Amino acid sequence: MSTETTGAAASPAAGHPKADGRKRRRDPLLRMIGLARPRGGRFALGVLLGAAATGSGVALLGVAAWMLATAADHPSITALSVAVVATRALGVSKGVARYLERLVTHDAAFRTLAEVRVRVYERLAATEPFGRFRSGDLMSRLVNDTEATLDLLVRGLTPPLVSVVTGGATVLFLTVVYVPGGLLLAAGLLLAGLAVPLAAAALGRGPGEREARARGKLSTTLVDTLQGAPDLVAYGAMDRQVARVHEADAELTRVARRDAATLGMSAGAGALITGLTVWGALFLGVLAVADGSIGATALAVLVLTTLAAFEIVAPLPAVAARLGSIRASGERLFGVLDTPPGIAPPAREGLEIDPEADATVRVRDLRVRYGPEEPWALDGVDLEIPAGATVAVVGPSGAGKSTLASVLLRFRDPDGGRVEIGGADITGYPADEVRRVVSGVPQDPHVFASTLRENLRLARPGAEDDELWSALRRARLAGEVEAMPKGLDTQVGSHGVGLSGGMRQRLALARAVLAAPRVLVLDEPTAHLDPDTRDGVVEDLLAAARGFSTLLITHDLTGLDRVDRIYVVRDGRVLQSGTHEELLAEPGWYRAVGVR
Amino acid sequence: MKPLDPRLVRTAAAVRTHLAVTVASGVLITGLILAQAWLLARVVTGAWAGEGMDALGWMIAAVAAVAVARALLSYLAEASALHSAARTKSQLRRRLIAHVTGSGKVWLAEGGDREDGSPRAGELVTLATRGLDALDEYFSRYLPQLVLAVIVPFAVLAVVFWADWISGIVILVTLPLIPVFMALIGMHTQQRTERQWRLLSRLGGHFLDVVEGLPTLAVFRRAKAQAAIIRKVGEDHRAATMGTLRIAFLSAFALELLATLAVALVAVEVGLRLLGGHMDYQTALLVLILAPEAYLPLREVGARFHASMEGVAAADQVFTELDRRRGTTTGEDREEGGAAPVADAPSHSPSPAAAGDIRFEGVGLLYPDRDIPALSGLDLTVRAGEHLLLTGPSGSGKTTLLSLLLRLAEPTEGRISVRAPGGGWAPLERVPADDWRLGIAWVPQHPYLFDVSVADNIRLGAPDADMDRVREAARLAEADGFVSALPDGYGTRLGERGARLSAGQRQRIALARAMCRDAPLVLLDEPTAHLDPENARAVRTAVTRLLEGRTALIVAHDTGWAESALGGNLRTAELPLLSREAHR
Repeated sequence: MSTETTGAAASPAAGHPKADGRKRRRDPLLRMIGLARPRGGRFALGVLLGAAATGSGVALLGVAAWMLATAADHPSITALSVAVVATRALGVSKGVARYLERLVTHDAAFRTLAEVRVRVYERLAATEPFGRFRSGDLMSRLVNDTEATLDLLVRGLTPPLVSVVTGGATVLFLTVVYVPGGLLLAAGLLLAGLAVPLAAAALGRGPGEREARARGKLSTTLVDTLQGAPDLVAYGAMDRQVARVHEADAELTRVARRDAATLGMSAGAGALITGLTVWGALFLGVLAVADGSIGATALAVLVLTTLAAFEIVAPLPAVAARLGSIRASGERLFGVLDTPPGIAPPAREGLEIDPEADATVRVRDLRVRYGPEEPWALDGVDLEIPAGATVAVVGPSGAGKSTLASVLLRFRDPDGGRVEIGGADITGYPADEVRRVVSGVPQDPHVFASTLRENLRLARPGAEDDELWSALRRARLAGEVEAMPKGLDTQVGSHGVGLSGGMRQRLALARAVLAAPRVLVLDEPTAHLDPDTRDGVVEDLLAAARGFSTLLITHDLTGLDRVDRIYVVRDGRVLQSGTHEELLAEPGWYRAVGVR
Repeated sequence: MKPLDPRLVRTAAAVRTHLAVTVASGVLITGLILAQAWLLARVVTGAWAGEGMDALGWMIAAVAAVAVARALLSYLAEASALHSAARTKSQLRRRLIAHVTGSGKVWLAEGGDREDGSPRAGELVTLATRGLDALDEYFSRYLPQLVLAVIVPFAVLAVVFWADWISGIVILVTLPLIPVFMALIGMHTQQRTERQWRLLSRLGGHFLDVVEGLPTLAVFRRAKAQAAIIRKVGEDHRAATMGTLRIAFLSAFALELLATLAVALVAVEVGLRLLGGHMDYQTALLVLILAPEAYLPLREVGARFHASMEGVAAADQVFTELDRRRGTTTGEDREEGGAAPVADAPSHSPSPAAAGDIRFEGVGLLYPDRDIPALSGLDLTVRAGEHLLLTGPSGSGKTTLLSLLLRLAEPTEGRISVRAPGGGWAPLERVPADDWRLGIAWVPQHPYLFDVSVADNIRLGAPDADMDRVREAARLAEADGFVSALPDGYGTRLGERGARLSAGQRQRIALARAMCRDAPLVLLDEPTAHLDPENARAVRTAVTRLLEGRTALIVAHDTGWAESALGGNLRTAELPLLSREAHR
């Protein structure tokens, strides 16, 4: 079993010295942006449109200021005609450009997201499933992390680039009008758009972490209270537990209130910089008009453009505040994308297992471990599944039984020894070719949120209904499906919640029967079943498996008197082997725990 | 969804304080905006008319003062908003917790089957923590902006009218169009957007489903084909989403277009009248500077609407939760008042009846909203000191019987009576629930271990127990060996749901808990059901010790072990199956 191998997560490259650490140090944000490279053209167009929109807003006020200042001297109407047209055009172009920008960037981001999803999926498909990405929580977090790419590309990539383009252009323009005014605006924009958001993010990190800790504590206590409620009530401990929740809540509130002062700082700093820059432009401008270096028209343009220019950096504080969580998502995402594949590709592609060959599976001195420092999960296992025989591998949790299934189903390569089918090493064949011959019920078989028919057809696409029914009959599920009003078209719900535990296992079994492999691997088929159902399932499994070579992996000793041979595995080694009667006759683990 | 939930204002005192502060700072900020506009227009006009620094100096200084005041105000408003948000969240959280833990009799009984209860609990936890955190955004960003969106446009409009009524009319005509357009387009897109979000979440669900099912897909050689499907679903989703976004973005587009176009119209119109000499320069500048300010708060409030509504939605969920639970309990008057006799005053000591006989007469339980009773027509007597093994198929109400004895639910038919040694029969309802439970030790099928030390887990039902008693209980429960081997022994924290321990070890901690409780009545629910043979053996040994000299009800599917372990003192009763549906 590989649940103990989570430690390997810290060093994904550990088992595969070929994977180097070259990529490790690059910022995940940059790498996420790198994912968008195939859509670079669309994003560039989005930035240009965004710059046009923001620029229109700033230019509108600048042009209008020039128009008023010019009109104040009462020239002829022709002097204003260009400005009038420009003002009206800018009034329209801002909205249009903004609309187009949002469409273009969203489209590009959704395209990128679709590609990233496929990449994540393909990478997961190539790694061992029972390893560190196994738990449902981790999976759903990974899906959310994938979606974070969208967030970054839409909100985190375009707005800063737009700010750089528009801010640069505005500063350049004001420098032409009046050099000190341009420099002042440059300083103001850099402070408000870069320094304040970054400082706020840095200042917010401490409070953020403190708050996350306090929230985590509250969360744990709450989970305990709600899920442990029957135990708490039965033992009269609910009042004490609620007091602990209040304590955790008070702590969280205390932390949040103390840090409110720090977090309010950035709002104040932004307003201060904007106001003081406008004041500075006014002050410098009035002095310049007084000594004649600029005209009164330029003063109006200078002041009103400066006033409008802070719209350019307005979105940036929100961007900076999000980057932290997006970066964390990126780190986890690349944690998956950087994981080396669980199996090396075969030396020669397209090799097929001889369908005429004897299907006997021979495991020779098989050794597997999940990292160079880890203990051996399988430490020299020898066993044989003769063609047509049923063999059981039993032993306590953590004995290495599921690792054996993992190797047989080609989820991972052996670190030593070999597995042969019909005399040939299975690592020489493509994974899917081995799975044509060796298939079955993996640990925790998944029931997809679809119909029964689709769930069955997975094993044999295009199978006719009578084939499905015959598989259901062999798994002893046909009666229950017939009783359902919609029969094979019944929707089973997410994870098959519409089915009982026993029905889910029987469905998985029917699927395996339908796939008709020559070697059937059944990995803990009775786990998570209540005892009422368990005995029936074992019986049906063994009946359905008749005619296949079968490997039954289990920690439960029910029904083993009907298998041909039993291997007792503990700490990665075979301790005993023989028939049920033989093992009961000799002293050892089997007899010790097998007798009730 | 309402921008300001009246229930939120009513419930949380912090919300009322926050509203007052927000309105006050909104008025001040509006004043500062007007002052800045007037000062800028006046100084620029003065410089144009040839006034020097000596005449304009104080006004320029005033601009700096306005800037500092605005910054200070923003800072204070934000800090106070986060402050209020923290207080409001705490108030809502406490009400939610009090409600869920206090009155949830029915809920707890259903929670006895924890497989059903846990997702709900998970949702509640998320709601109480991260869900409510969305109120931060609502308080510090949305509400202040909402207040400004009400005050600023009117103030600006008034000033512009006073300065130049023609520009005032342009703004007056265009300004109301913004909310009207937003509402029109909003109504049209809302349905489509909602459908789109459902589609999006379904896509997320599909991806998750496929990723979780990868081993199964791989075993049947479908993993590669699925990549193409993911690509296609993603592409379809993009096309569908973009279709919606084209319309959804229209509302922002209309807003932006109206606001900018109105400013442009005002600018051109004052420019031409200034040219014609019908208006002075300072007024023209004042109108130009103020015009965008009238639209800005409306745009901001629109932009922040969606992010902030998450907070409102979370608060709404809390209120729904508070209402709904209250509804189920008060709706069932059998549960709370009515026929049930009032219990005696609690004595805070174990009820002597727990050491006596228990009688069930026609007892049944029908949970609200269920068609099939969880238990029906049960007649049974348990005598003091007896060990009763209850068997029967799943769905026959074995666990329900235990939750009735635990007083997690009250029977909806029949009655349960108890008789203290040497006393007479009395209805169980008369015994205060807390006193009754003090006489019970319970070992559920999936005992819950808390994220505290091993010792505190063991003394859950006996908080005053010293370490010697804890260690003795663990020793009798066959748990001392593995607990001592933990890094900090009995001081080791167990992690969420006792993650450090195996199922068998958790079961033995639960047995130690029952030992430590030292109660005369023991309830055991499938104590060895999910254990491997080695652990099951240790649990059997511990159970034998626990039951010595105590009355016990044991629910088990497998009769063999109990008979062999407990021997002579054991009586077996079988519960019939209630219905086919219940036995899925």
